[in-house]
Amino acid sequence: MARKRLDLTFPPRQATKAITYHLVKDFDLVPNILRAQIQPEQEGRMLLELTGSSEQFEAGVAFLRHEGIDVREAASDICLDDDRCVICGLCTAVCRPGALSLAAETGELVFDKDKCVYCEACVIACPRRAVTLRF
Amino acid sequence: MSKSWEEINAKIASGEAVVMTAEEFGSLAAAEGVSEAARIVDVVTTGTFGPMCSTGAFLNFGHSDPPIKMGTITLNDVPASGGLAAVDTYLGATEPSTTRGIEYGGAHVIEDLLRGRAVRLKASGPGTDCYPRTEIDTWVTLDDLNQAYLFNPRNCYQNYAVAVNTGDRALYTYLGTLLPRLANATYCSAGALSPLLNDPTYRTVGVGTRCFVAGAPGYVAWEGTQHNPNQQRDGHGEPVGPAGTIAVIADLKQASAEYFSAATMAGYGVSAFVGIGIPIPVLDEDLAATLALTDAELTATVFDYGVQRRSRPALRQVTYAELRSGEIEIDGKRVPTGPISSLPVARRIATELRRWITEHRFTLAPPLQPLPQPGSQGFRPLEIRTEEAI
Repeated sequence: MARKRLDLTFPPRQATKAITYHLVKDFDLVPNILRAQIQPEQEGRMLLELTGSSEQFEAGVAFLRHEGIDVREAASDICLDDDRCVICGLCTAVCRPGALSLAAETGELVFDKDKCVYCEACVIACPRRAVTLRF
Repeated sequence: MSKSWEEINAKIASGEAVVMTAEEFGSLAAAEGVSEAARIVDVVTTGTFGPMCSTGAFLNFGHSDPPIKMGTITLNDVPASGGLAAVDTYLGATEPSTTRGIEYGGAHVIEDLLRGRAVRLKASGPGTDCYPRTEIDTWVTLDDLNQAYLFNPRNCYQNYAVAVNTGDRALYTYLGTLLPRLANATYCSAGALSPLLNDPTYRTVGVGTRCFVAGAPGYVAWEGTQHNPNQQRDGHGEPVGPAGTIAVIADLKQASAEYFSAATMAGYGVSAFVGIGIPIPVLDEDLAATLALTDAELTATVFDYGVQRRSRPALRQVTYAELRSGEIEIDGKRVPTGPISSLPVARRIATELRRWITEHRFTLAPPLQPLPQPGSQGFRPLEIRTEEAI
């Protein structure tokens, strides 16, 4: 089984194609759209979690690329600026999946990217604007 | 066992003083007992680093040629007070920018000045015989200013509320984003490191106390606004909710952006994280007993901010140890917690203050005047009334 978060960039002419339909019907993949910003005639972005067999996953990604969609792994999309962060911990209070937490002894901020669903709650809550989501 | 201020200062001056942070002192007292800890240690350092809205700076720009009597003043588009002498101003931390709103405010201007950045000063005035200029548009840095000093009317809350939201929509508050249906709890205190929790009845902290303010040596100038010594107290004499506050003063030119950080609280406004540290002399065992209290013994009250009134319902008491565990229980529900006050920076402040005392021989100043004591004054609400009703 493969499960990955993908950052898809749609060129303007491709932005209306129903790619999730094809991923389900043709490749038996389970798509979970975490975030999407798609408008006709404009470049679109989608944060997509895709689950399925490794072979079908590869085939699905090849299909996306063949459709002219830029496919990248999404893990690098959230950025914590250590120079701006004052380790107040406010982001941990709004992080429902528990991706952001404070270390028990030191109180330092711990970010577990695997748990992040890119909901942006921390981006909005951070009083230092130290968390940015590149999308 | 008792020690005088003079004895302790003599030890600091000769480099013999034993100085510990409040956390270190708590551990020592747990291991050796309060009496022994009180005998060994001369000074306990504290620290806190949280958003403190009642913060700001007095600035003097010097006179242009021809001079101007500044009436309306902005710094990087953030309005500052024109209600002082010709080229004096007070810049409040929470003042939002006229162009960028709460994304940039008075606190950001102060942080930019601390970082050595030039700030655009625009002002206009009426034009008078002695101040003929009516407009000015220039750039200033912290070095250019004649005087620049922080004067924060309310910092360093002795304790604070824990905020939750039982309502069904998210609330954007000065205690952060409160998720609906008790989905989180936020709190804002350094707990065992909090300066005024280490001296609950203000025996050693008063007007004239020398302290750490945003990285600069400063002073307690007065009681803070909304200072409320009459808050309900526990068996240790510690307030269980927001209580004492202090007004502090310090030279901005000696302060550091490491201990002053501008903040934008989502949906609420601008604030400033301010680092405050106060040294507490271990005068006797009574004082040592409160200095030794840990997060497991200090408590705060959980309030429901879902009720948007002056008096919010109190749901329960929790210890800071529970809050720091990342989860508290309310009405049988496990509620994740998150702080707003930085523990790592509070520790850094207490450690830095310890270094000031041991290395720079930073001596302690006994209060010139005590802060209002428990029982001495109330905390008044603002009533809404008409002229006829007075």
